[in-house]
Amino acid sequence: MISLTPAAARHIQKSLYKRGSGLGLRLAVKTSGCSGYAYALEFVDQANPEDTCFEAHGVSVIVDPRSLGMLDGTELDFVREGLNEGFKFNNPNARANCGCGESFAV
Amino acid sequence: MALLQITEPGQSAAPHQHVLAAGIDLGTTNSLIATVQSALPRALADAQGRYLLPSVVRYQAEATPCVGHEAQAQQASDPRNTVVSVKRFMGRRLADLREAASLPYEFLDRPGMVSLATAAGERSPVQVSADILGALRERAEATLGGPLSGVVITVPAYFDDAQRQATKDAARLAGLNVLRLLNEPTAAAIAYGLDKRAEGTFAIYDLGGGTFDISVLRLSQGVFEVLATGGDSALGGDDFDAVIAQWFCAQHALGAPATLAPGLQRGLLAAARAAKEALSDAPEALMNLALEGAPPLQARLTRAGFATLGQALIERTLQASRRALRDAGLKADELDGVVLVGGSTRMPLAREAVQAFFGRAPLADIDPDQVVALGAAMQADVLAGNGRQDPWLLLDVCPLSLGLETMGGLVEKIIPRNSTLPVARAQEFTTFKDGQTAMALHVVQGERDSVAECRSLARFELRGIPPAVAGAARIQVTFQIDADGLLSVSAREQTSGVQAHVEVKPSYGLQDSQIAAMLQDAVGAARADMQLRALREAQVDARRLLDATEGALAQDQALLNAAELARVRQALYRLAEQLETEAPLERVREASEALSQETGEFAARRMNASIQRALSGQLIDSLS
Repeated sequence: MISLTPAAARHIQKSLYKRGSGLGLRLAVKTSGCSGYAYALEFVDQANPEDTCFEAHGVSVIVDPRSLGMLDGTELDFVREGLNEGFKFNNPNARANCGCGESFAV
Repeated sequence: MALLQITEPGQSAAPHQHVLAAGIDLGTTNSLIATVQSALPRALADAQGRYLLPSVVRYQAEATPCVGHEAQAQQASDPRNTVVSVKRFMGRRLADLREAASLPYEFLDRPGMVSLATAAGERSPVQVSADILGALRERAEATLGGPLSGVVITVPAYFDDAQRQATKDAARLAGLNVLRLLNEPTAAAIAYGLDKRAEGTFAIYDLGGGTFDISVLRLSQGVFEVLATGGDSALGGDDFDAVIAQWFCAQHALGAPATLAPGLQRGLLAAARAAKEALSDAPEALMNLALEGAPPLQARLTRAGFATLGQALIERTLQASRRALRDAGLKADELDGVVLVGGSTRMPLAREAVQAFFGRAPLADIDPDQVVALGAAMQADVLAGNGRQDPWLLLDVCPLSLGLETMGGLVEKIIPRNSTLPVARAQEFTTFKDGQTAMALHVVQGERDSVAECRSLARFELRGIPPAVAGAARIQVTFQIDADGLLSVSAREQTSGVQAHVEVKPSYGLQDSQIAAMLQDAVGAARADMQLRALREAQVDARRLLDATEGALAQDQALLNAAELARVRQALYRLAEQLETEAPLERVREASEALSQETGEFAARRMNASIQRALSGQLIDSLS
């Protein structure tokens, strides 16, 4: 189960609207970075048959089965920190984040 | 925890992938490029290990332009084709350059910006700057081993939009992607990590080779705001060399340095500069001037002696600093820090003066020649790291003022240009006529005072204003620009709560070149605008006076005898005639003045009459 905060859903909808096309948002975990894994957020033009699709606040969130294992229970938030704004993963599976926060370990 | 952005399918960047980004200090005298490597900013040297690139370009027919030290070496022999201090011409028109006649170049008056005629053909300051930027780019790409994805270029805090636009154009011409232009003093503050503080005010004392700048900055919520700038565009390290040279000539009874042979002059200035630099580390320096066929001339200069020579020059920098502090409304002891920038601040003389003036030790442990470029590199690194975000989030200021049309075709500016985004400003307006129930709002963009010269963005109407006398309604108009550059304007009548609203996208409507042209236009036409504004205001006042007088005549004509009535009527017609014939300001004012005079007595009688009306039939008791 993946959930979105209302702020995250709003921003995703806005981004999709600006882009003009896309089924939803893909959340994925890639193996790289200094703590082993890194998050990726991409627009989805085509879902794969094995993907799982979650609906939250009217937004489709698409996750592949391998990533789902590491993301289950994650809440995606959209926050503003100073002049910066962006998405933040609140992932109960992550045990350690690397200093820069770009990668994590399970 | 880093914040993530959404990317296109298959394009999410791997973490810790290093994007090459650099900071460039495009200086009047010297330029410099720096980058962040392994979390530390450092300046990049050329193949000979030199960091500073003289901002000099020499043009020859049928040859690639020669930039930097080589060009500088040719300056004396080929002054006409060797462009120095091109930064002074950026975004300037020939009329703006007061010193043009004393410079060895052949200027061409071109709309918007001057051009230079060189052996290689016509070159605009943008092209010359692009050649300097190109040399720095080559240096960076050779050192870093890959193309630069983006750069931050610094500009003086006082640069206007046309000068900033010219800098951006130069970068584009040099094949560089500009992430952002950064104010030089802000870059210096960033290099010292002052942006990590919660808030504070700082003075940046920048004494370079040929220019002096003082800036007062305020940091609040992570944004530096320029409170005041000042300086002297013809005061720098070269002037200190000149006073030493003069002193040396006086010691040896050589006459004024300018009377010496050119070769000897150069040798003298080089010796003076060497002595000045030696005095930064040693208590005294020996100056040596080689003469042809004679024993060399020598002189010993002490720090104290140099301090006396340079006193007047230093005092000029302190005067400018005093003015800047006054403009910012601050006292020296209210500052939270002072930063030294520019090679000339290495002189103990300058440091001591700054310390005494500001009453605190200045921040000076970063190389003052490099500090601006290093700060720019740090900013570039941050921006390149966040390069995946929507590009319009980088649009951080509104390029032109936004305002509303008021009576007489004038513009009332609500959001001034260069306001940082997001921004919201509100202003109250009122009705012009008695019983007015609707108001047309016309949103315009531009720097000029008259609506006709600005760009129209949107029109909308506020209806349902409760009828009242002119000036009684209170209509609050709010302009708001969000981080995406979207402008929304709303108007709301305060007593009844009726409102109207419109949304516009201003920054997408104008091309960069149009923005630059509009700014140029505004600068040149400031005087004409002022006169027009005065005329329009006089016309609006005159119309109000006409309406009021006509209203009063309709009501209380009986209070005037036939002769008086004729005089008032005549003054009335005369004023109306001035308005109809679009008469000049003086005539409108005279006619308004005459009508006011003629109606003075009438107004007094009306006042008496209305008091009598109010009082007649009342008992004395009921009035107390």
